Amino acid sequence: MKGGSLLKPAILIVGIYLFLKFALPLFTAPLPASLIFLYVALTATGIVIFATLSGQSTEAFFGPITRFLSGEGQAGAMKMARLLVLVLFPLLVGWQTYSSTAPSEQPPAENRTIHPAPPGEFVGLSNPIPNTPENVMAGKGLYAAFCSPCHGGNFDGKGPASRGFNPPPANFSDPTTIAMLQESYLFWRIKKGGVGLSIEGMPWKSAMPRWEVELKDEQIWKIIMGEYDGAHQKPRTWE
Amino acid sequence: MLNHGEHPRRIASTGRGQGSLLAGLLVFLALAGAPLLGLAQDAPGQTAGVAYRDIPAVGSRNIVWVIAQLHLLLAGFVLGVPIFAWICEIVGWKTGEKRYDKLAKEFTKLLTSSYATTALFGGILLFMLIGFYPKLMAYLGDIFFPSFVVYCILFLLETATLYLYWYGWDAMQEGSKKTLHLFLGFLLNVFAFFIMIVPNSWATFQASPVVIAEGSDLARAWAATWNPTWWPVNIHRLIANVVLGGYICGAYAGIRYLSAKTAEEREHYDWMGYVGNFIGVFGLLPLPFAGYWLMREIYQYNQQMGITLMGGFLSWLFILQAMLIGVLFLGSNYYFWMGITHRIPGSEVKYRRPIMAMLVILLLCLGVWMTPHSLVASLEEARKMGGTHHPLLGVFGVMSAKMTVANLMILVTFMSFIMYWRAGKEETAGWAKVAKSIMGGVLGVAAIVVIVLGVWGYFVPAIVRINYFSVAQVLIVLFVMLTITPLTALLLRSAKTTTEMVWGRMPPRAGYALVLNAVMVILLMTLMGYARSSSRVHWHIYGVMRDSSQYAYSPALGYAAALMSLNTFLFCMLVAFIFWVATMGEKAKAGGGGGKG
Repeated sequence: MKGGSLLKPAILIVGIYLFLKFALPLFTAPLPASLIFLYVALTATGIVIFATLSGQSTEAFFGPITRFLSGEGQAGAMKMARLLVLVLFPLLVGWQTYSSTAPSEQPPAENRTIHPAPPGEFVGLSNPIPNTPENVMAGKGLYAAFCSPCHGGNFDGKGPASRGFNPPPANFSDPTTIAMLQESYLFWRIKKGGVGLSIEGMPWKSAMPRWEVELKDEQIWKIIMGEYDGAHQKPRTWE
Repeated sequence: MLNHGEHPRRIASTGRGQGSLLAGLLVFLALAGAPLLGLAQDAPGQTAGVAYRDIPAVGSRNIVWVIAQLHLLLAGFVLGVPIFAWICEIVGWKTGEKRYDKLAKEFTKLLTSSYATTALFGGILLFMLIGFYPKLMAYLGDIFFPSFVVYCILFLLETATLYLYWYGWDAMQEGSKKTLHLFLGFLLNVFAFFIMIVPNSWATFQASPVVIAEGSDLARAWAATWNPTWWPVNIHRLIANVVLGGYICGAYAGIRYLSAKTAEEREHYDWMGYVGNFIGVFGLLPLPFAGYWLMREIYQYNQQMGITLMGGFLSWLFILQAMLIGVLFLGSNYYFWMGITHRIPGSEVKYRRPIMAMLVILLLCLGVWMTPHSLVASLEEARKMGGTHHPLLGVFGVMSAKMTVANLMILVTFMSFIMYWRAGKEETAGWAKVAKSIMGGVLGVAAIVVIVLGVWGYFVPAIVRINYFSVAQVLIVLFVMLTITPLTALLLRSAKTTTEMVWGRMPPRAGYALVLNAVMVILLMTLMGYARSSSRVHWHIYGVMRDSSQYAYSPALGYAAALMSLNTFLFCMLVAFIFWVATMGEKAKAGGGGGKG
């Protein structure tokens, strides 16, 4: 590395941060701070790795930092700048530590498990209803009546009532939701609803009704068939 | 060491000194531990037929956790090292290069000194298990008694073979004796393999039990041994042991390198560090495949266990796993790259761009691998995202993306090694250009196909992705390795060396990188050990024997992480102590052969 060895990495880190924080949200939802931190930390790691590959590059990268901090032969503005850094940096660390540990009215960052493990009695169940066009149609009909107000007529989680929920209803057309799961899993979630979730699934954060109160098992199985067909997904199987 | 044949009296005297020190330490520990064991009490409410015992304040589970983890880590090292020690000996024997034989002997020295400690921790673990979990152990003993007998016989054979292998090293150097010594090395590995898979059957039985009500004792033990996760765990552990052994030997070399006083020592330990890192990487490349197979079998065996691990509360461990594996990949590549820039004078400029490209790919892949499906977000952030799944980056959170980037990282690391191999040499063969074009083409096409399969994986049923796409990705990467390795070897056979590799010129940070890699792999094993054990949730034997103790709950991840760190620290201290003792005599000899003794 030659002159400006510190400038380029600084620009890169700031550039990546600005891109993630401000540019990307122009096209999609904003990223949470945890993810931005992760990507910026990876960038910084890469910079340090690349900068320390050889003796020359290490000197080019760390030399100015070491010389600046040691204060050798410094005078005037540079000396003041060094003192400022030596005072401000610990204050910054202190402020960061305080702000991350001090009590706040903000709820803590959420760590909810969206797909917790199902109870043992639901493991290994298979859909007893034959997968015929009639049953799929019947399932879609039941879906339209009971599920679509929240999960949407297009199976995309954007039903007319969806805007009232946080977290929002699941989007079945997303390949990372029901396509990852077996039918028995959906049977459990529909039958037992939000209150049937385990603690890590935060049952208090799900508005999913306990449909066993209103629907027979046979109807639930048909809804599952209708959901997969309507969302153009296939359940996870082992054959 | 007596077998060196030099200064036997002085070394024996050193040994006596160490012996009395160790004996004193043991007596101290026994005295200090006695009152603690006296505190061991039956669990409340247990009268006839004690099911559990506990030690107040510390907790039986914590004690077993620490002892079992230390035993497993030591065992992993002891079973992994003979594999490459023996291979090094064969290389030395075939090529006539004495340095390989010396290296093999040095590896075996580390193995010999760790062997007794491993057995010691195995014994402590057994006593603890019998004491704390008598009902469970009675049940396991009833099922597995025949394999207990087999295990004892194997242990005797392994010990006898190791003694012959180590103490006969110098005596069996020439002619047919060397062949016999190599055969002993082979036997050592065969016994070590069976010593690993027999207890694996006990542990995997707890996770995926097969219980038959009828039949002889042997038939019941046999059925229980052949449980669904036995072979996936056997293969995964075999490879992981090589990785652990390689990186620990690398760390040993790193520390010896940092403390080396002569140029000869620096050269030797620089080279040993390179070999250790190479062995670690060699094992690391197929390890994700074996891990994937294991997880697939677990998921297929039981949906509840599979989801607990991959989607449930343990899924956060896999984000930590991604970070640790990522650091391991970065650390190993960093060491390779530093090897190019320091050992091959004048090569820094030439390889700067390819190194930067590889680093960027590794970091991008790691970014994807570490992106969770459900993101940690504040209420406000989650509201803006429409839930904890990000609409764009959420796709990075599932297996299709993870498998793709894992394969790409393996490809990059492999190419990093190839680049190191070719550095400082100029191909002279007439077909070199064609060969290099073929290699470039194979690599490029392979990377594209791996990515295409990864993206396509989102649009096919899960079973197609698991059974075909993921397998195809693995096969493609293996194909690349099996094509490029022999082609490179052929090319280099006639190549001209333009710059000689100079050993012993690595900067101190290279030694620290080797230590970091070892710490990462130990942390990784403690992490995944916890994951494997916790996936049984409140069962001692999944679906067969329920845990009814006061510890029938999964500890919080933060608490588990603290225990993992403690285990890693204790293991590092233990290994450092063992290696220090093992090299004490050698250092004293190098120090001038007298004086302080």
